[in-house]
Amino acid sequence: MSELFLVILFVVATLAGYKIIGQVPSLLHTPLMSGMNALSGITVLGALVATAFAVATGSALLGAAAIVLATINVAGGFLVTHRMLRMFRSTTPLDRQQDNQ
Amino acid sequence: MTTAVYHIIAMVLVVGFLGGIRLMRSPRTAAQGNLLGAACMLGAVVLTLVKHGVVGTGLLWAAMATGAAIGTVIALRVTMVQMPQLVALLNGFGGAASAIVAVVVLNGDAGDLNLFNRLSGGLALVVGTVTLSGSLVAAGKLAGRLRQRPVALRAHGWVTGLAAAATAGLAVAVAFMAGDARPAISIAALVAASLYGVVMTIRIGGADMPITISLLNSWSGVAAAIAGFAIGSPLLVATGGIVGAAGLILTQTMCRAMNRSLMEVLSGRTTVASGSGAATEPSSVDPQAASRVPGSEPPAKEGGEHAQRERADLGTVLRAAKTVVIVPGYGMALAQAQQQVKQLMDTLEAGGAEVNFAIHPVAGRMPGHMNVLLAEVDVPYDTLWELDAANAALAATDLAIVIGANDVVNPAAMTAEGTPIYGMPVLRVADAGKVIICNMDTAPGYAGVPNPLYENAGVTVLLGDAKETVPQLTSLLSD
Repeated sequence: MSELFLVILFVVATLAGYKIIGQVPSLLHTPLMSGMNALSGITVLGALVATAFAVATGSALLGAAAIVLATINVAGGFLVTHRMLRMFRSTTPLDRQQDNQ
Repeated sequence: MTTAVYHIIAMVLVVGFLGGIRLMRSPRTAAQGNLLGAACMLGAVVLTLVKHGVVGTGLLWAAMATGAAIGTVIALRVTMVQMPQLVALLNGFGGAASAIVAVVVLNGDAGDLNLFNRLSGGLALVVGTVTLSGSLVAAGKLAGRLRQRPVALRAHGWVTGLAAAATAGLAVAVAFMAGDARPAISIAALVAASLYGVVMTIRIGGADMPITISLLNSWSGVAAAIAGFAIGSPLLVATGGIVGAAGLILTQTMCRAMNRSLMEVLSGRTTVASGSGAATEPSSVDPQAASRVPGSEPPAKEGGEHAQRERADLGTVLRAAKTVVIVPGYGMALAQAQQQVKQLMDTLEAGGAEVNFAIHPVAGRMPGHMNVLLAEVDVPYDTLWELDAANAALAATDLAIVIGANDVVNPAAMTAEGTPIYGMPVLRVADAGKVIICNMDTAPGYAGVPNPLYENAGVTVLLGDAKETVPQLTSLLSD
């Protein structure tokens, strides 16, 4: 994996994220934040690889701890975001019907 | 799986994450967006396991199952009021996981790390660790386990600077040391970064927490992205970057809403006194100030014709109002009065009034906190107005009801030059025909600036726990 590609990818993803996230209304900033929390658990991928190929037992145990922490982040983050987003209801009956479907 | 196929799928997943966030532009589609994000995350895990041929490794599944179980329990148990500390804690876990990945990669058996990987590893180690220790302090303050007041050590600036310099120096040193010296340097870097995270966050007071956790949110993403550089993972790099951008946007929004620069918040120079009109600890009340009804006493024990007349006046004001704007603050959350506020709204609406909420961006302890608390008690989201919309409507509003908010409605922010809140955009509740304030006390808010609103004509102050004062308003309406 070339370093240059990764750096460009980082810049592009950050700019695209900045553009799209800026459009999320402040109404939803708490679920946005907990959702981003879940996304930062992406580091679980690194933990999985590091653990799978660890030779020393200590490394494997550390890696497993990282997997646990990152998965708490992922599962807890997405679930709590879902709980919050389900609570947002509109006043118009039409919207309520759509939401209940 | 060829590398090309892996990269194509990885890019599709990144676009999926971005698409999920795009769906969060509207409350109606936001839940779908979150599910899309979760599905992409699952896809990313499966892709990684397949690519490296480790689908059958039991330890990985056991660790993921453990984490998922713990995460599920936490997510189901947490209340909406506790959301800020949960988010802070999860930020910390994400940072910790990235730091551990960096430690394992740097000190593990991968002998083929180049300088780019090693430098990234060192950086990921310290950024992840600062995120962890800073988040733990922030979570402790938010949960009330630690004192919310800013804690300043002797020569705090020097300590912070030294810790930062040591952290940065050791992060670089890890990358340049020979393999057998790395464990010791890694541990030293961990210690320095932990110290830096702690001294940085203990300096920051409770009401500045919306900024702090936004910043830590950003760093947890940055830590993941840098860890991605260390191990050459495009998914970590792109997704970490997205999270970093989100945290940055929220940090900017919060700073703007408080009229502060990030440096001012980090240096703890912003706040003077603790406690707010909304806080739980009672403080001295100026007996001369404004007309006010002792709110926490039951009406039957109410002595004096004066108080009774005011109570009757209050009933008249409430019944006469056709347009009402409710301004909630952190005091409402502290008093757990959301349900009572919803009942007040329902009663007002039953009487023919139009009721909306004015939400200041920094009301509460994290961005958007008030919206979530009110949505939980079934307040429709289209009655939740943002700052500018609320200010535009307040002049045409008959009655503004402030519940547990102080600094965000303090008109001194517009006039009192040199105070911490000067220039901070506030909700101009004095523009409304009448104002009722249900606060714990009339002490200056968190920023330490006295609120002249309490002395205004047309302002009635109801002191006490909002859980008791708000139902009194409701009962006045049904009398």
